Amino acid sequence: MRGLPPVLITAIVLVLGFALCAVQFPNIASTRVVGNLLTDNAFLGIVAVGMTFVIISGGIDLSVGSVIGFTTVFVALAIERWGVPPLVAFVLILVLSAAFGAAMGAVIHVFDLPPFIVTLAGMFLARGASFLLSTESVPITAPVYSTVSDFALRMPGGGRLTAIAIIMLVIVIGGALLLHLTRFGANVYALGGSRTTASLMGVAVGKMTVKIYMLSSLLAGIAGIVFSFYTSAGYSLSAVGVELDSIAAVVIGGTLLTGGQGSVIGTFLGVLIQGMIQTYINFDGTLSSWWTKIATGVLLFAFIALQQGLVALARRPVAKSAGAAT
Amino acid sequence: MTALLPRRGLAQILALIVILAVDRVVSPQFFDLRLQDGRLFGSLIDVLNRGTPVALLSLGMVLVIATRGIDLSVGAVMAISGAIAASLADSHGLPVVLAASLGAGLVCGLWNGFLVAVLGMQPIVATLILMVAGRGIAQLITEGRIVTFASPGLVWLGNGSILGLPVPVAIALGMLILTGAVVRGSALGLLIEATGGNARASELAGVGTRAMILSVYVWCGVCAALAGVIAAADIMGADANNAGLWLELDAILAVVIGGTSLFGGRFSLVLAVLGALIIQTMNTGILLSGYPPEFNLLVKAVVVMAVLLLQSPKLSGFAGIMARLRRAKP
Repeated sequence: MRGLPPVLITAIVLVLGFALCAVQFPNIASTRVVGNLLTDNAFLGIVAVGMTFVIISGGIDLSVGSVIGFTTVFVALAIERWGVPPLVAFVLILVLSAAFGAAMGAVIHVFDLPPFIVTLAGMFLARGASFLLSTESVPITAPVYSTVSDFALRMPGGGRLTAIAIIMLVIVIGGALLLHLTRFGANVYALGGSRTTASLMGVAVGKMTVKIYMLSSLLAGIAGIVFSFYTSAGYSLSAVGVELDSIAAVVIGGTLLTGGQGSVIGTFLGVLIQGMIQTYINFDGTLSSWWTKIATGVLLFAFIALQQGLVALARRPVAKSAGAAT
Repeated sequence: MTALLPRRGLAQILALIVILAVDRVVSPQFFDLRLQDGRLFGSLIDVLNRGTPVALLSLGMVLVIATRGIDLSVGAVMAISGAIAASLADSHGLPVVLAASLGAGLVCGLWNGFLVAVLGMQPIVATLILMVAGRGIAQLITEGRIVTFASPGLVWLGNGSILGLPVPVAIALGMLILTGAVVRGSALGLLIEATGGNARASELAGVGTRAMILSVYVWCGVCAALAGVIAAADIMGADANNAGLWLELDAILAVVIGGTSLFGGRFSLVLAVLGALIIQTMNTGILLSGYPPEFNLLVKAVVVMAVLLLQSPKLSGFAGIMARLRRAKP
């Protein structure tokens, strides 16, 4: 693909947007606002990393929002009602969510079903299960929670880099390394390019599918724990619609929804752009929250149209050179 | 035998009968009907009435899925049309209200169809845009409030009755007959199936696949808008946040239960509507049984998986048995 890579365009949009915001509201360009932006979007960033892997491999995972909801309820009940130590509860829920993802991946591969509909069933299942656990919001009062929410690194300018923002940044960097530098990452791209080709090249397609959905659900579990730190509560209706936000972040980050192309860094920029729109609307005060949805929709359209154009451009020269060779 | 039993749809009809039987066990008055003020009342009528929005959505969705597409935006379109209907209801007559809200649905469908047919986007992506932005647009129309109205015309649309049947049920029935007459009364249905079966081959064979795809999305938008108007008329108000929330998933589920493959091709309008009724019968049954409504989601998840596994190309066991039974019978 020639010309500007999509990630660069995302970066330019982010920088330009941020500059425009800063011109109108000079206070936006402070580490306080940036720190808050990272904290508010920590869970979205984590879940979007997993979604990036799934989408690059040519799939989609609609269950992540429900897994977050289930995790917050499970963790809250385990700590507050069942008397499980917080760390044990975290390990339990991460094992549970990884197993859930692995099961979805296995069903997708073994029965050759569209990921869209299998993860849709997973979404119903996880949300239904969290309703069964509790329909009320369960506050978490464990001392770990206040310690974690109080912890923050001071940034120059008075901003606070909170623990959950640090977790998110670590996962983004880890995800980027995993995707771009390991064999696992290369296989993810291969799967997205073409399943048949990947399998002929010796990629264990079944194992990869299971691992990719396992990773996505595991990260959704971590995002759920982070979300419970963020709200200090577990609620079965939390994170409704997060699957859409994370898909939007992935697409805005320049990942091809048909698979085979994309990057974790782009996704991170996509999350920041969504957070920036939200921040701008908060600063403006006269704009209502629904403009976030409309702006996200417009950006989605712009980026998908751009991808479509780039793909068309990329195909044309290939066809020409093939013609010239004969 | 084939004259008595439909070739397709046996499984769905059996499923509906089984669920109805379970409902009867759970609630002995389930089949009771009574006539009051010229309108039928009872659990069965309630199932039909509550199932109307999803049935209408599935009418449009089944055509979209038959072309190998999907429309995720129907819930958001419902919210938009409901918001328009509610805002106009008290200041304009019923024809204007209907024209405006159905027109909005048509424009939404045209937008989706344009993205898929002309720009060549994947349907799931193209309709995702409106799914995200649509609810924002609906909130823009209602200015974030829940708009209520008292216009008798629109209220009748949600709560009145025709020949003893609730108006929404009559409308859904009318739409089923209309869609069926247009699609199956002409070659249109065949052309839609051809487009879904193999778009390239159909294009080469002279089928206007672009026009086909565009028109199914437009129809899906109109059906969704109608469902939105009825949902708004039912509660005499428009809630942009919650109107039609998650109903796109129910509509897709109804189509899948109705035996239409997500990979396009053969479709059945009647079975899709039957699928919507199966979902609603389950919902009502769970409510009547006294279990918390939260069970709905779990039951739905299990049903989706069961239907998917039955349809899976790798697990043709059940279909094979059915086919053998059919062959043995005549």
